[in-house]
Amino acid sequence: MNRLRRSLLFIPGNSPGMLQNADVFDADSIIIDLEDSVSIDEKDSARCLLKELTNAISYQNVETIVRVNPFETKYYEQDIDAIKSLGIDTILLPKADIQSVKDLDKRLSLVNSRIKIMVLIETALGVEQVFNILNATPRCIGLMLGGEDLCVDLMCERSKSGEELLYARTRVVNAARALKKSVIDTPFTDTSDEEGLINDTIFAKNIGFNGKASINPRQIHTINRIFTPSIQEIKYAKRVIEANEKALKEGKGVFSLDGKMVDLPVIKRAEIIMAIAKNIGLVNMSGDNHGN
Amino acid sequence: MELLKPSKAGTYESNDIYIMLFPGQGKTSIELESVVFDTFGSQIKSVIQDVLEEYGIQNVMVKAVDKGALDFTIRARMITAIIRGASNE
Repeated sequence: MNRLRRSLLFIPGNSPGMLQNADVFDADSIIIDLEDSVSIDEKDSARCLLKELTNAISYQNVETIVRVNPFETKYYEQDIDAIKSLGIDTILLPKADIQSVKDLDKRLSLVNSRIKIMVLIETALGVEQVFNILNATPRCIGLMLGGEDLCVDLMCERSKSGEELLYARTRVVNAARALKKSVIDTPFTDTSDEEGLINDTIFAKNIGFNGKASINPRQIHTINRIFTPSIQEIKYAKRVIEANEKALKEGKGVFSLDGKMVDLPVIKRAEIIMAIAKNIGLVNMSGDNHGN
Repeated sequence: MELLKPSKAGTYESNDIYIMLFPGQGKTSIELESVVFDTFGSQIKSVIQDVLEEYGIQNVMVKAVDKGALDFTIRARMITAIIRGASNE
């Protein structure tokens, strides 16, 4: 089972107040941002703050990701030099292409770093090359879709309904699923539109994303809730698995539950739901959901 | 490391500290303004002094305006100001 990544929260890399409390918002991952949220004059300051932060603070139960500046900028090399030996989990590489992923992998390998790579797919070329980008190194554990920059590259407006991203979303999900890697949806940027966030997140879940990025802590609860299996889903999944075990003992390949045929895809879906539920702590290792 | 010019780092935002360094003062002094001066003033000055010693900086006037920064932030802002002051750029 991959690491749980329902919600990923961006934190500006030069804001001590947000950084020191970054793990209190219940996001599964926090993304310390050295790119867009840090002005050009403060890149050095943010790198230094990150280094001192990681020396002083260990976040609890959260994946620590750092978004560096893009490969083609002069800040990229300085970012990597500053963070390649820090105690972080993952680097988020913006505007990723095959060349930049291979370069980052090489730099990390030279210092025997265990830091993983997540690629940010936010160009039209990146969308077209996404399978090969993800497959460029085993160090790459997944991708995030960057809708805002992608729309600039596509020369279209970013809308709340998101039709302009439909092709990119389905394509990156397919590539990531084909390679068994994580796939994270772009943030919903109107932080005052709760209904829009709910609709956008449900859509992302329904087409196969593992989770969704966010730029505001207020969105985390909603995103987590949507990407968490419901009690009804967990109970049904548990019954499917139990019925499957019984059928196997009786030598049956296909069986029915509540009058519906249960075959391999249904069983696999049930196993995925139970694995997520166990990862979140909604059920114990024996499969009993808490409170029952 | 040698400071070649005045430098600064940090912000006036909550949980941050604004550091200004003025080299060539003949002696080292620390002028601190803090929202938590009574409780943590000596601790903040101690962190500033430690970083100055770590980087071998002498004869500098440090002016710091603290807005409740933790030690890691004080260290980071001091180091950034020192590196900026030591650069010819």
